Amino acid sequence: MTQTMAVAKALNESLRKALESDPKVLVMGEDVGKLGGVFRITDGLHKDFGEGRVIDTPLAESGIVGTAIGLALRGYRPVAEIQFDGFVFPAYDQIVTQLAKMHARALGKIKLPIVIRIPYGGGIGAVEHHSESPESLFAHVPGLKVVSPSNASDAYWMLQQAIECDDPVIFFEPKRRYWDKGEVDVEAVPGDLHRAVVVQQGTDVTLAAYGPMVKVCLEAAAAAANEGRSLEVVDLRSLSPIDFDTIQASVQKTRRLVVVHEAPVFYGAGAEIAARITERCFYHLEAPVLRVGGFHAPYPPARLEDEYLPGLDRVLDAVDRALAF
Amino acid sequence: MSVKSTAPRRTTRGSAAKRRSGEPGLVQLLTPQGERVEHDEYAVDLTPEELRGLYRDMVLTRRFDGEAVTLQRQGELGLWASLLGQEAAQIGSGRATRPDDYVFPTYREHGVAWTRDVDPLNLLGMFRGVNHGGWDPNENNFHLYTIVIGSQTLHATGYAMGVAKDGAESAVLAYFGDGASSQGDVAEAFTFAAVYNAPVVFFCQNNQWAISEPTEKQSRVPIYQRAAGFGFPGVRVDGNDVLAVLAVTRAALEHARSGQGPMLVEAFTYRMGAHTTTDDPTRYRSEDERSEWAAKDPIARLRAYLDREGLADEDFYAGVDTESDALAKRVREGVRTMPNPGPMAMFEHVYADGSALVDEERAQYAAYAASFEDAETGGNPGQGH
Ligand SMILES: Cc1ncc(C[n+]2csc(CCOP(=O)(O)OP(=O)(O)O)c2C)c(N)n1
Ligand SMILES: [Mg+2]
Repeated sequence: MTQTMAVAKALNESLRKALESDPKVLVMGEDVGKLGGVFRITDGLHKDFGEGRVIDTPLAESGIVGTAIGLALRGYRPVAEIQFDGFVFPAYDQIVTQLAKMHARALGKIKLPIVIRIPYGGGIGAVEHHSESPESLFAHVPGLKVVSPSNASDAYWMLQQAIECDDPVIFFEPKRRYWDKGEVDVEAVPGDLHRAVVVQQGTDVTLAAYGPMVKVCLEAAAAAANEGRSLEVVDLRSLSPIDFDTIQASVQKTRRLVVVHEAPVFYGAGAEIAARITERCFYHLEAPVLRVGGFHAPYPPARLEDEYLPGLDRVLDAVDRALAF
Repeated sequence: MSVKSTAPRRTTRGSAAKRRSGEPGLVQLLTPQGERVEHDEYAVDLTPEELRGLYRDMVLTRRFDGEAVTLQRQGELGLWASLLGQEAAQIGSGRATRPDDYVFPTYREHGVAWTRDVDPLNLLGMFRGVNHGGWDPNENNFHLYTIVIGSQTLHATGYAMGVAKDGAESAVLAYFGDGASSQGDVAEAFTFAAVYNAPVVFFCQNNQWAISEPTEKQSRVPIYQRAAGFGFPGVRVDGNDVLAVLAVTRAALEHARSGQGPMLVEAFTYRMGAHTTTDDPTRYRSEDERSEWAAKDPIARLRAYLDREGLADEDFYAGVDTESDALAKRVREGVRTMPNPGPMAMFEHVYADGSALVDEERAQYAAYAASFEDAETGGNPGQGH
């Protein structure tokens, strides 16, 4: 059964389904109850499932994640919301030193099926700490899985799969796409959570992106097509693990790769992808793997974010450079 | 004419004040009806001019705040966090500071900023999205606004530790909210301040809400009582009573300055507006609650007192209104003409020491941007996208 819904609604429906189908699933975070979250992702859940399952927590992120760990040890499957990207850091200690390692320390005897949802990225004209892309800081940590949907269907299904996953999953939601609508087949059998998907076939250059930048890359591909260039777009969907096979297959066809993300380029996901793909496809590549992303500078005030965020032009500029090699 | 001589001190002393406030332990010097009451431990003795000054501060602050809300609705600001209802808590505490004291605000302390002589236009830059703060904290001993909840309480504590090391006789005033009281950072700030006997006053504006969560979701004891567990005094003051806030904060700052260590002040008040301009409080709180608090309005309360005692005349009120209009106009015009930063500002001040990487990215970006200018002026026709 296919329905048209916005990304925000797809996440909301996904949480609803998870709460319905597994009594151990809990939703917790700041303002997730009556308010339904500042982005309304948990809208109506408090009313329908009660405060025993949809929990307004005290204002303390370390507390949210730390107690989610305890609840998981007791057999629950907490889905914790961090209100904005910039506010996850009080919980970073719990995530890195505890959540990520506990399964290994117990030699596999315990599992930590926790999802931490984080609205991330810029483009909504917000004040400081509300526009950041800290995904690499989590992907760098062994023991965590890191994913990010780019559209409504993936939002719905990837969240289901993240909740079902027995490992901790950091679930990055592209907040500027919350209101973008798409088709969601709520009965389809989804593909693997960590598989990348070619969302646009092409032959000249591969663009690899995830989350909010997939749309930009699709627009870039459409613009390039008008100029007679054929770009392939890979939606990575997962940053840890990364589906290198799909990127490799694409690059072996196009021989050129541009990785695009909002996060700063320096030590970003693009660096890891560039290194691995260079190892795997050295003799196929016609140009070095190029990266388009944020600068080594704090995310700027809102009036400059259009300059900071990689847009169509910066992506196409990199495509030009890749083709000119 | 001094307040002392007009206030019926003896008759309403102590227990009467407590009874009127309806809250045991709530320090109050002015009832919601504007009657002056006395308290055993806290007193103020202000001249009529000082009292009128507090009124003027609150009215101008409220006007500025209202103007900012309007500017947000008009799209001139991206966001605004209104202080409506908290004027007494902010003016009373801010006016208790001395120039050499240092203040660490949250993001809502527009009234405190006013008392520190920070130009209101400076506060608007970050809400307009042209900077992340941008003022020089050392100019008015008023730190930048801090958005990450609770962080600044530790900075305040560290600053106070430095003041003590220097043997200076200043105090530090750290603002935070009822919601913030749950953060680990705030508990750590209390611990450090207590252990090092730091001259810091923690000033909690308990405005009853942290976005949609009422204070009961943060604490099972009144927030001021938390201090006891850390080993320093805590006091709850009627946050809508500017005189009581002034008296209590003065005493707390003096306590800190005189080497007696930290204190916690909980100003019991109410956030009359939305959390910010993006919030919709009708989803989580009742209109009844709001109207109950409207009856305790801090400005109306002081005005009732001024009128009752004949301390201000129509000329004075008219003068304040004229000043308000002028302030609003200045703010409107200032915001509308506030320049956008140039794109290269992104790369400024990342490091005090400079950075080769930032320099390289700046140069690349400049070349990239210039390629468009060339294309636009027809200088480089082959290259435009
Ligand atoms: C670490 C952190 N978590 C979450 C937020 C989002 N947030 C902004 S204001 C706020 C509520 C703050 O409540 P309170 O401390 O009572 O201050 P008030 O807004 O009422 O002045 C929240 C949760 C944040 N800014 N920082
Ligand atoms: Mg509050």
